[in-house]
Amino acid sequence: MSTTPDIRFPRSSSETGRVAPKYTRHGGGTKGGFEMAAWLFMRLSGIVLVVLIFGHLFVNLMVGNGVHAIDFGFVAGKWASPFWQWWDLAMLWLAMLHGTNGVRTIVNDYADRDTVRFWLLVVLYAAATAIVILGTLVIFTFDPCPVINGVRTGADFCPKP
Amino acid sequence: MTASTAEPASKVELPASVGGGGEIPTFDITLRVRRYNPEVSEESHWDEFKLTMYGTDRVLDALHKVKWEHDGSLSFRRSCAHGVCGSDAMRINGRNRLACKTLLKDLDTSKPITVEPIKGLPVEKDLIVDMEPFFQSYREIMPFLVAKGHEPTKERLQSPEDRERFDDTTKCILCAACTSSCPVFWTDGQYFGPAAIVNAHRFIFDSRDDAGDMRLEILNDKEGVWRCRTIFNCSEACPRGIQVTKAISEVKQAILARQF
Repeated sequence: MSTTPDIRFPRSSSETGRVAPKYTRHGGGTKGGFEMAAWLFMRLSGIVLVVLIFGHLFVNLMVGNGVHAIDFGFVAGKWASPFWQWWDLAMLWLAMLHGTNGVRTIVNDYADRDTVRFWLLVVLYAAATAIVILGTLVIFTFDPCPVINGVRTGADFCPKP
Repeated sequence: MTASTAEPASKVELPASVGGGGEIPTFDITLRVRRYNPEVSEESHWDEFKLTMYGTDRVLDALHKVKWEHDGSLSFRRSCAHGVCGSDAMRINGRNRLACKTLLKDLDTSKPITVEPIKGLPVEKDLIVDMEPFFQSYREIMPFLVAKGHEPTKERLQSPEDRERFDDTTKCILCAACTSSCPVFWTDGQYFGPAAIVNAHRFIFDSRDDAGDMRLEILNDKEGVWRCRTIFNCSEACPRGIQVTKAISEVKQAILARQF
């Protein structure tokens, strides 16, 4: 089916003047493409996150020595492998976007003053951006044995200078 | 007949001792009504009325008793008084229901029964709200048949299966119980609301209608179906038992199916 341009939208809002300004929709007919994408993203990322998070928990807490094996060296060992780098990156991005979008909808639903809503969203997006950027940097630039001022430092397993 | 004549007594005279099948138990209730009169005060307040009611009485009968015998200034809407016109949706004990379909005996009569106007719409007086924002959303989804091509000389035939597809959403009486039970609507009144989506559903899934695409486009708005959080308040509030949340998710799926 294609849209039929010959039928006009009988939008009534401004014509009658009976409706309190509070109830006239912002913009009147804003396209919901973003809202639809956000709605779909929440469902799809949710499914993927279930796999990623439970895989993460299983590998960290159950396999081998389980929870007792977790230390700096364990994380360093995992991030030495591109597989786990990308796994954790996917988990970080999806969880942050999923969570941020969830809080965005809550703010939209419950903040009834425009300025309050605006500033809550600014804080939310700033926090999410900072965490995503920092997390991504950490995953890809993580070096368990950094060289600081020409001196190799870090964990016990690092080659001694 | 003069205006002061009381209701004619029953033609059948029964001694008080007989009672029998005709005897209806009575009980005392306290009705707490949210009162608002902008001509007197900008503040609303609660009024309490102690009433003796019958086991067959509904909340609407209690409101009638108040208006006719205690306080004539009490204002509320009611037309048919039998659950069809959708005039008397109100918040009874915190839940949206029709006053004419809520039997007093089904409520907890040991505590005061609270009656408030439905939420999210501007109150005009007592239990009367301005329904215009609600009907504005309703009009926007084009709640009428839009058919292309030549008009048939006979009625537009439809198979029972095709009719069944949207049967549930034809039951809507536009009482606004669903829309005014929706927390998303309470916030800013921008959301189209369950009732508008239900009535769009009624035409979107009608095989005789040709403007389904246009209605889906309207409901793909920022304030359209995607603001539904599937909390089921609307399905619970609907006095006609329409599966409102189900209808909304069917519209969501139709919009998605159209995109991909």
